[in-house]
Amino acid sequence: MEPMTTASTVSPWDDAIFWEGVDGGRLLLARCARCSRIQHPPSPMCPSCGSVSWDVQESSGKGRLHSWIVSHHPSRPDAEPRVVVLVDLDDGVRFVSNLHNVQLDEIQVDMPVEVTFQLVGDTVLPLFTRPGGGT
Amino acid sequence: MTRSPHHQAAIVGIGQTEFSKRSGRSELQLAVEAARAALDDAGLRPADVDGLVTFDIDSNDETAVVRSVGMTEVRWTSRTPQGGAGSVATLQHAAAAVASGAADVVVIYRAFNERSGRRYGQPGAFGGRRTRDWHRAYGLDTPAQQFALWFQRYMHMYGVTNADFGRYGVVARQHAATNPNAWFYQRPITLEDHQRSRWIVEPILRLLDCCQESDGGVACVVTSPERARDLRHPVVLIEGATQSNPTDGYVTTNYYHQDLTRYPEAESVAAQLWKSTGLGPGDIDVAMLYDAFSPVVFYQLEAFGFCGRGEAGDFIADGNIQLGGRLPVNTNGGLLGEAYIHGMNNIAEAVRQLRGTAVNQVPRAEHVLCSSGRSAAVLGRG
Repeated sequence: MEPMTTASTVSPWDDAIFWEGVDGGRLLLARCARCSRIQHPPSPMCPSCGSVSWDVQESSGKGRLHSWIVSHHPSRPDAEPRVVVLVDLDDGVRFVSNLHNVQLDEIQVDMPVEVTFQLVGDTVLPLFTRPGGGT
Repeated sequence: MTRSPHHQAAIVGIGQTEFSKRSGRSELQLAVEAARAALDDAGLRPADVDGLVTFDIDSNDETAVVRSVGMTEVRWTSRTPQGGAGSVATLQHAAAAVASGAADVVVIYRAFNERSGRRYGQPGAFGGRRTRDWHRAYGLDTPAQQFALWFQRYMHMYGVTNADFGRYGVVARQHAATNPNAWFYQRPITLEDHQRSRWIVEPILRLLDCCQESDGGVACVVTSPERARDLRHPVVLIEGATQSNPTDGYVTTNYYHQDLTRYPEAESVAAQLWKSTGLGPGDIDVAMLYDAFSPVVFYQLEAFGFCGRGEAGDFIADGNIQLGGRLPVNTNGGLLGEAYIHGMNNIAEAVRQLRGTAVNQVPRAEHVLCSSGRSAAVLGRG
């Protein structure tokens, strides 16, 4: 395990709620069963109250684009450049994803976006697009 | 004024290998060559060493270093977290060991073949893309991409352009151009050169905004100020050293703070240091700021209060961070211009500035800030 990226490594235990939701076409966030803090990315213990019990809260999937880049590393680029975005969900959570079906010259910081579930390779991932832009 | 406990330690030796793109030898050899050079510089022997500090991701095992350098017995070892962001925390570890009596003489080492071996900037260097995770599943394969999401927000909020970042890159190469150890020795660049270099992450980072990829090693020797006074060099005190690891922090994917135009960890270490040392931004003669990418320097200049928020671009454009300016920054050329030894080469430069032996010497440097963002230290002449 590489220490520089340990914090972004997914734990099959701590993060199961989220990916089960994605498989069912829903954006489910971890909400502390005791104090209702929403924790994203999830963690095994609530940093506010110490609880290890979690409920889920279904996100509206709506939010605004906080920041973006084009992922196209010169030495090993994707076949098509991908736009990586930070989305501020209306639930108060910041989320890393890709922008789907939006042209580069249409991207604006703070533009409204909503979730769409798309097959990427052989995995469904939650991506974001303009409201009503999911296919 | 209450003195920081870290005031009870001093840096008495620095050593390094050559910095190259292909060292032609093992990382362990680089580590022990740097450690020996630092001990020779201090006028100490391997048998004097009883503590070792390195980085979490350094490949050189402590027992192998002890065995190769011929240290008799080491009774303190520790490793700092977060790769380069923890580079300055090595000083905090070593100072804490010395101040507490856990060790008398601590060697800090960091050595790698980061260009000819594992290149941190390549996709896949840290395990490659994953089908499902929070960041890499979406194409954040490299530190440049990960950091750039952060920088884009800063550019948007303050109207900063890539050319503004380029002005730091020009200063770094200008300082490197007179440093024989630097990759950019005798090769200054212009802003036009910068703007012609290829995009690494469009529209944020070009090639000349990114640090070097280097092979090499750097080591430092830390002991008590009392012992330092009996050694050969002017005393360089660790006046304060600290870290910040807040609840919402991540390392390279530090996206979960509310305001991505700020660097809360750096703001915290700054506040801690100004309080513990009784010093402020106006007391700092040279700043060595971790510069994996140009914009990180902007964030640190603002976090430490050298300029206001959103003003780093103007601060740099006005000539403040050049030699002869109000606050010379990265006088060795930094990680962009000299080499990428994961921040340790910037610490070695801080020591040279305080000894008065830097090639780009700042006259009468009394206090030097070393920051790697999530950890920082103030060094001073004893």
